[in-house]
Amino acid sequence: MAMTVTLRVWRQAGPAAPGRLETYTANNVHPDMSFLEMLDVVNEDLIKAGQDPIAFDSDCREGICGSCGLVIDGIPHGPDRGATTCQVHMRRFRNGDTITIEPFRARAFPVLKDLVVDRGAFDRIIAAGGYVSMNVGGAPDANALPIPKDVADRAMDNAQCIGCGACVAACKNAAAHLFTSAKIAHLGLLPQGEAERGRRVVQMVEQMDAEGFGSCSNEGECEAACPKEISIASIARMNRDYLKAALGK
Amino acid sequence: MTLDSRIPGGPIAEKWDRRKFENKLVNPANRRKYDIIVVGTGLAGASAAASLGELGYQVKLFGIHDSPRRAHSIAAQGGINAAKNYRNDGDSIYRLFYDTIKGGDYRAREANVYRLAQVSVDIIDQCVAQGVPFAREYGGLLDNRSFGGAQVSRTFYARGQTGQQLLLGAYQSLMRQVDAGTVDMYPRREMLDLVVVNGQARGIVCRNLVTGELESHAGHAVLLCSGGYGTVFYLSTNAVNSNVTAAWRAHKRGAFFANPCFTQIHPTCIPVSGDHQSKLTLMSESLRNDGRVWVPKNPGDKRPPAQIPDADRDYYLERRYPSFGNLVPRDVASRAAKAVCDEGRGVGETGLSVYLDFADAIRRLGVETIRARYGNLFDMYKRITDEDPYQVPMRIYPAVHYAMGGLWVDYNLMSTIPGLFVLGEANFSDHGANRLGASALMQGLADGYFVAPYTVANYLGGTPTPAVSTDHDAFKEARAASQGRIDQVLAVKGSRTIRQFHRAIGAICWDYVGMARNEEGLQKAITEIRRLRDEFWQDVSVPGDKNNLNPSLDYAGRVADYMEFAELLALDALERRESCGGHFREEFQTPDGEALRKDDQFSYVAAWEFQGVGTRPALHKEPLVFEEVHPSQRSYK
Repeated sequence: MAMTVTLRVWRQAGPAAPGRLETYTANNVHPDMSFLEMLDVVNEDLIKAGQDPIAFDSDCREGICGSCGLVIDGIPHGPDRGATTCQVHMRRFRNGDTITIEPFRARAFPVLKDLVVDRGAFDRIIAAGGYVSMNVGGAPDANALPIPKDVADRAMDNAQCIGCGACVAACKNAAAHLFTSAKIAHLGLLPQGEAERGRRVVQMVEQMDAEGFGSCSNEGECEAACPKEISIASIARMNRDYLKAALGK
Repeated sequence: MTLDSRIPGGPIAEKWDRRKFENKLVNPANRRKYDIIVVGTGLAGASAAASLGELGYQVKLFGIHDSPRRAHSIAAQGGINAAKNYRNDGDSIYRLFYDTIKGGDYRAREANVYRLAQVSVDIIDQCVAQGVPFAREYGGLLDNRSFGGAQVSRTFYARGQTGQQLLLGAYQSLMRQVDAGTVDMYPRREMLDLVVVNGQARGIVCRNLVTGELESHAGHAVLLCSGGYGTVFYLSTNAVNSNVTAAWRAHKRGAFFANPCFTQIHPTCIPVSGDHQSKLTLMSESLRNDGRVWVPKNPGDKRPPAQIPDADRDYYLERRYPSFGNLVPRDVASRAAKAVCDEGRGVGETGLSVYLDFADAIRRLGVETIRARYGNLFDMYKRITDEDPYQVPMRIYPAVHYAMGGLWVDYNLMSTIPGLFVLGEANFSDHGANRLGASALMQGLADGYFVAPYTVANYLGGTPTPAVSTDHDAFKEARAASQGRIDQVLAVKGSRTIRQFHRAIGAICWDYVGMARNEEGLQKAITEIRRLRDEFWQDVSVPGDKNNLNPSLDYAGRVADYMEFAELLALDALERRESCGGHFREEFQTPDGEALRKDDQFSYVAAWEFQGVGTRPALHKEPLVFEEVHPSQRSYK
C-alpha cells in the first residue's frame, strides 16, 4: 500500500551559502521502508531529473554508527523514542503527511552541505581526556580486578553513546553536556578510570566550552532525544566531579 | 614471482616468539623520524594507529567517515573470542587454534591462526584496562557465552554491542595519541591510489570528501585497514559506505588479491522485505544460544507458527547436527536454511525465511532473562519488522556478512608490495574459507595492537627507505590517474543511476556467486559482469561536480571498482573446483549435502596478480601445509 508524502527539506550548497527549505513529493513510499530509504528513492528521482540529490550522512543503517542525524518535524531523529533516524520507518507516517527535514543545528556543528554537519568538536572533546591512559602491553589479567555487575552495567549504560549529536540538536542552548558527561560517567564509574577522574572532567569540560557549545539549563530535552536513552543523571555526576576537581586544584 | 609466506621455523607454539626475537627494532629516539600512513579507522586501523603512536612513530590516519568512531566495526554485535579458559571448560590456546582452523575448513595458514589464538588473551586484558565495559557476573568477574563452531564458552561480550565498545576503546586510545601529537587524523578522506616508489609503498593519493581536493601523503610504510568487500552484493549486513576501493586500487598497483571467493553468508539476518531495501540487518549469532531454528515439516504449511504443533515442525539443525545443534558454524547453518527454503518449506510472504524461536527459552528462563540477554536485539527486530519476537518467532534468512578473502599478506601481514601492510578484514589471512563467530573482532585487534607494531618495526628497521617527497613523479602520476578516473565517470552523463548499477552487479553476484555456485553460472556471471561494466562506463549518470561535497561521486568511484572486482570474485569461485566453507560448488558435495573439499588439488591460497581490466589475472598458489591439524571432512554431527 504505497503512500505519498510531501517533504520540506533544508538545502544549503555549502558552509557559507544561505540555506532554505525546498519542497519535494515522495511517491510510492512503502510503509516498510526506512526513512533514509525513502530519501534514497527521492534522490534517485532527483538524479534522473537532472537535479542535485539531497546530501545526508548515513552508514550502518542499524542505529549504532551515529552517522545519521536529521531533525524530523522538529525532533532530532524523528518520532520514535530510543531510535536513530535510520531506524525510523515510514509506517510511522500517514499518506498525505508533510514532513520537514532539517540538519542538527548548533554553532559547534557547522553545516557542510544540506543535511550534513561537521561534528568534529565531539572528537576533540574525547581527545581532551575521554580515555584511560594506558599503553598497549602493560595490562594486568582481565579478571584481576573484579567489578560489581551493577557498576559495570551502569558504566555500559553510559558507554552506549553513539556520538550522533542529537542531544546537542535537541537542546535550546546547543549544549553538549549529555555527550560529554556520558563518557565521563562511563570511565569514572570504573576503577580503571579512577586515576584520571579529576583531570579528565576538567579537560573535557574546558574543551566543550572552547568548542562553542552552550550551557545546560536542566530541561532534559537531550535525554528525550538520545537514541540510546542515556540518563541526564550523568550530567549531575559530571558537575559534581568537576566541582570536586576544580576545588581540589 | 614466488610467494614467500615468511613463516618462522620451529614448533608452532614458539614461532611468534621466535619472529619477535628475530625482528629488527627501531630505537625509541628514531621512531618519530618515521611517518606511517594508516588507511581505515575500524578495529584494525584504530588499534594500529594508537599502538604505533604510543611507540613514538608519526602516524597519519585516514578515514572516509566524519569521525573514526563510525567505522563499521562499530556494528559487530555478538562478541570477541579469547582462549582465557575462565569457564574451566577445557579451553586453551591450542583449542581456539584448532577450532579456527577446522571452522575455516582447512584453508587458513596454521602459523597465523596459532598466533591469533595466542594474542587473543592479551586483547581481553588490553580492552578491560582501557575501560571496555564487558558483561560481568554478580561476583564481578567477566561473563562468557558460546558461539558457533565451538563447544566451550570463550566469547566475551558487551550486551549486543561488543564491536561498538571495542571500537570505542581503540578510538579513545587513538584520540589520546591525537592529543599527544603522534597521530594526525584526516577524516572524510578516501584513498584513491597507492603510491609505489622503487618497488616500495611510499604513500597514498586521497580525496578530501568535503572540498573534493586530491591530496598526496608520503610515508615510510602504508597500513591498509579498509575492511571487506561485502557490499559488492549490494545487499549485505555491511554499512552502506563500506567498499573495496582502497584495497582494489592497491591490487591494481601490484598487491595480490587472495581467495576473494571466500565470502561469508551469515545465517541469521532479517529477511528482505522489498525492492527499496538498502541494507540487511544482522541478528547476532548469540541468539542461537537460546533460539531454536525450525520450519514446518510439510511444504506449503501456511498456518501461523503458534498453530503448528511440535510434531509438524522440523528443527532441522538439531536433527541434522545433534552435537552442535543450533550452534553449527555459519556456513553450515546458512546452507541448511537455503536447503529447506529450496524444498518449499520456507516461511513468511516470500518463502525465503526460517523461524528462530525463543518460546522454549522464555518458558525455561523467563522473559526477563531473555530480555537481559537479547533485549536490544529483540527491540531492533521489532522496529524493523513490526513483529514482537517475545510473542512470535523471529524470521531470519542468510545474508552476505564478511569477506574472508582479501589482499594477500605474509606472516608479517605485509602484502606483495614491500612496505604495504594489510590488517583486519582487508587481508585474507586467518579465517580460511569460513570465519567463526566472534573471531573478526579478535583478528582486527590482534593485527593492530599486537602484530603490526612488531612487524612494521622490523620492516622499517631492516629496510632502507630513502626520503621521498610528494613532488616525486610517482605521486604526480598517481594523482593524474585518480583525477582522470573522476573526470571520466563525471563525463559519461548517461541515463542510469549509480544505485541501479550497484543493484545490478549485486544481483549477478548473489544469483551466481552466492550461497551455491556452479560452473555454468559462474561462466555466465563473468560474461554478465563484463557487459554491465561496459554499460556502466557508457550510461552511468553522476550528478554534481568534483569540487565539493558530493556523495554521489564517492559512490560512483566505489561502484566502478566493484565492476572490476566482481569479475575476480567470480573467476576465483570458478577456478576453485571444490567446496569448502562458505564456497559451495554444487558439483562438489557429499551424499548428505555437505561441502566436499579436494585437498589433493586445492589445498592452497589462490593469490591473483592484476594484469589489466578485462585481462585474466595471473594465479599464484601458496600451498597450505598442515603440520598440526590433519585436514578431515568437517563434522558437526
